[in-house]
Amino acid sequence: MAFTVQAEIKKDVLLLRMQGELDHHATEKIRGELIELMEEQNIKHIVLNLAKLDFMDSSGLGLMLGRYKHLQKKEGSMVICAISKPVKRLFEMSGLFRIMVIEPSEDQALMRLGVAG
Amino acid sequence: MNNHAAFKFRSISDNEAFARMVVASFVASYDPTIGELTDLKTVVSEAVTNAIIHGYEGRDDQWVYMTLTMEDNVLSIEVKDEGLGMSNIEEARQPLFTTKPEMERSGMGFTIMEHFMDSVDVSSVHSQGTTIRMSKHLASVQAGCH
Repeated sequence: MAFTVQAEIKKDVLLLRMQGELDHHATEKIRGELIELMEEQNIKHIVLNLAKLDFMDSSGLGLMLGRYKHLQKKEGSMVICAISKPVKRLFEMSGLFRIMVIEPSEDQALMRLGVAG
Repeated sequence: MNNHAAFKFRSISDNEAFARMVVASFVASYDPTIGELTDLKTVVSEAVTNAIIHGYEGRDDQWVYMTLTMEDNVLSIEVKDEGLGMSNIEEARQPLFTTKPEMERSGMGFTIMEHFMDSVDVSSVHSQGTTIRMSKHLASVQAGCH
């Protein structure tokens, strides 16, 4: 299934709802646009909703790690929510769980960053 | 039931999804678990991505070869390119090692392959290419059932 992402901006928080398969092909297509959007809108935090992400490999990990490093420079954070079992396994394997915040739902993730509702 | 399939496809990134679909279709008749299917799709994705990014450095007019063999409950996957080859296989297999940090490669490809498969064998010859051979025993496949 092709990859799509829906973006919503709430103050300095970028909410990304990812859908489909996040592989090398997909990351190459969205990376530039994502970086541009983050700079234009002066984004400090990202919430990744992965509820509908069916597949991800190490290219997806690379994309997330890249954005995380960028946010870190601004003392921002990355919050992951609604993560599926297979994607969770990849996170555990790569150690991403140790640096990113995980919340069960989108509402809780937005609440953590003070932009819920 | 033993089975064997071999084919080649162009080194374009669209074919990463194609290769994942192929492995999923190949094992479908053996009733794999969802977990096994995800594992197989992930390792094929990693190996094919390696061939495209590292073997051919993004050149899109080359061939990636994939062979699938099912024999006595064991699925073997071979992914081969005729690209640059790797200078140091041991280094490449280390977690988080990457030659392309500027491309935001995570360096987790081989770690994922090793984690999801029973065995991973890599052979590479400078300027001639790289071959990754992996195998996995599928628990769901019962001997003599097919």
